Amino acid sequence: MMHHNREVARGDNFQKNGRIFLIVLFGVTIYASFCNLLVPDDSIFHVSTYTITLLGKYLCFALLALSVDVVWGYCGILSLGHGAFFALGGYTMGMYLMRQIGERGVYGHPILPDFMVFLNWKELPWFWYGFDSFGFAMLMTLVVPSVLAFAFGWLAFRSRVTGVYLSIITQAMTYALMLAFFRNEMGFGGNNGLTDFKDILGFDLQSDKTRVALFCLSAVMLAMAYLLSQLIMQSRYGRVVLAIRDAESRTRSIGFKTENYKVSLFVYSAALAAIAGALYVPQVGIINPGEFSPLNSIEIVVWVSVGGRATLYGAVAGAVLVNYAKTKFTAEFPDEWLFALGALFVGTTILLPKGLIGFFDGKKWRSVRRG
Amino acid sequence: MIISRGSGIKQLSRSVSTFSSSGKNRNEMVDISHNVILYVESLSVSFDGFKALNDLNLYINNGELRCLIGANGAGKTTLMDVITGKTRPDNGNVFFGQTIDLLDKTETEIAQLGIGRKFQKPTVFENQTVSSNLELAMKGDKGILHTLFSKLNSSDLDWIREVMRIIGLESKENLLAGSLSHGQKQWLEIGMLLIADPRLMLIDEPVAGMTANETERTAELLTSLAGDRTVVVVEHDMDFVRSIARSVTVLHQGSVIAEGSMADIQNNPAVVEVYLGEEQ
Repeated sequence: MMHHNREVARGDNFQKNGRIFLIVLFGVTIYASFCNLLVPDDSIFHVSTYTITLLGKYLCFALLALSVDVVWGYCGILSLGHGAFFALGGYTMGMYLMRQIGERGVYGHPILPDFMVFLNWKELPWFWYGFDSFGFAMLMTLVVPSVLAFAFGWLAFRSRVTGVYLSIITQAMTYALMLAFFRNEMGFGGNNGLTDFKDILGFDLQSDKTRVALFCLSAVMLAMAYLLSQLIMQSRYGRVVLAIRDAESRTRSIGFKTENYKVSLFVYSAALAAIAGALYVPQVGIINPGEFSPLNSIEIVVWVSVGGRATLYGAVAGAVLVNYAKTKFTAEFPDEWLFALGALFVGTTILLPKGLIGFFDGKKWRSVRRG
Repeated sequence: MIISRGSGIKQLSRSVSTFSSSGKNRNEMVDISHNVILYVESLSVSFDGFKALNDLNLYINNGELRCLIGANGAGKTTLMDVITGKTRPDNGNVFFGQTIDLLDKTETEIAQLGIGRKFQKPTVFENQTVSSNLELAMKGDKGILHTLFSKLNSSDLDWIREVMRIIGLESKENLLAGSLSHGQKQWLEIGMLLIADPRLMLIDEPVAGMTANETERTAELLTSLAGDRTVVVVEHDMDFVRSIARSVTVLHQGSVIAEGSMADIQNNPAVVEVYLGEEQ
């Protein structure tokens, strides 16, 4: 009977911690926005626009971590290439923002972005058509990464590629995209990427209000993605996904086409990563092929493992904490960050296999039992 | 065990007939006009030169309870792997009824045709509750859209509760399957097989790790299942085989060496030499 209670308590914890997470998220968002826009600059309660942008960036990373947790934590698909979906989402937003610059570019060309004028191109390449429309660009944010994820997943999961082999080909995928995007001929600005954005939907990207709006939008998207993912994982579909993680061939033997589940979940996750990328780019003001770097994708996995897998809020907490540490650490010792990151990954894998969330949950349960 | 003997089994036959009515379509798909539900003909499988199955022929009649026996390496599990689509044979035929060629089908399709399997090593979903394990195994639409939106209706819940009662785990519905004892996991697997309501059940070593009492109940359950459905049991425990077997097939080095009633088998000199002889 004790076991029984523990299991029920675990389910409740999932719900309760999720609620706490959403309350904290909205509390911080409203507080920070209020203190930026309405509290005067000289007050100690003022939150700088720099901080707002930093927080907005963390929220985008949190959404990205959530997308990796969905496939890795719940379905055991260790993707080391999710940075690619994030970057593609970022590029689609970047293309829209480039088209908004118009004549305000250095070369003043009404249609062509600066880098195309610089390369002596005379016409806009066909794949840039339509990106002057925000709606079309946002549609592409979802469509392009989803199509890639579908094609990749279809090929990989139907051929039953799993485990470390799958991880390696996801790395290869993001690496190949990085090399492609570095080429000027690709038409995405080469190694400089897309930058010098001016405004979004007519709002100045440098203004405090736009920054706060983007930050709030990031929070809303994160909350929505969180709730949707929670619903998915609590449905029978979610239980099939867990079953695939724990015993795929058994799941097949009771009649589930596991590859369909894996492909669909991978596409969903890629779309979340792409939304994170599209929110990230206007806040940081640049997107370049560095975002496709294999290292970036590995970093996301570290965030999730530090926070704790298969809880959703663990991934969010991990992303925020590790990135906060990164901000602080790189300010003091810019060159040592990678070592610190590596140590963090090894440390959590050995000492906290369930991440920080697992550690604290375990503690709470023990103290309840003692009390 | 918690269930009283007998009543659970009687209940089962009743519930099975209630719940399997929805399976009519599927039953019509399997053509058993010659009263044979499974044809295995000149089947051969080799792994790196080792012949796991060697020109094996086996016919299972609709509704019978058949025991497969044989020493380790005789090919019993490989045979089940081929029937369920897990292993591809080098040559031979496997037909479900007169018309369905199982070698054309994937594991998933075979499961959906109504061939259920209980594995030798119990493999339940350890991180999920007992009721969730049963829900996943339950007969029904296994597509992504269906599982995303469907909720259990009251007859599903009744069926899950009923199976939990039959397998003696009704008080453990919210327990993680991983925390069950070995024998309970075996029962949960049997429950997962029951709730899938298959036409043909392949059961690999059902009583390994069970107590004498549990073994007896398993025997009772399997005998009650035959008739409505076809049951093929692989088992090492000769007492268990004696207690349930109506007909027995003996495998040796990938081929059938004898077939018949338990009494025939026990008196068959070839069998005595290769298999039963070892016991004495």
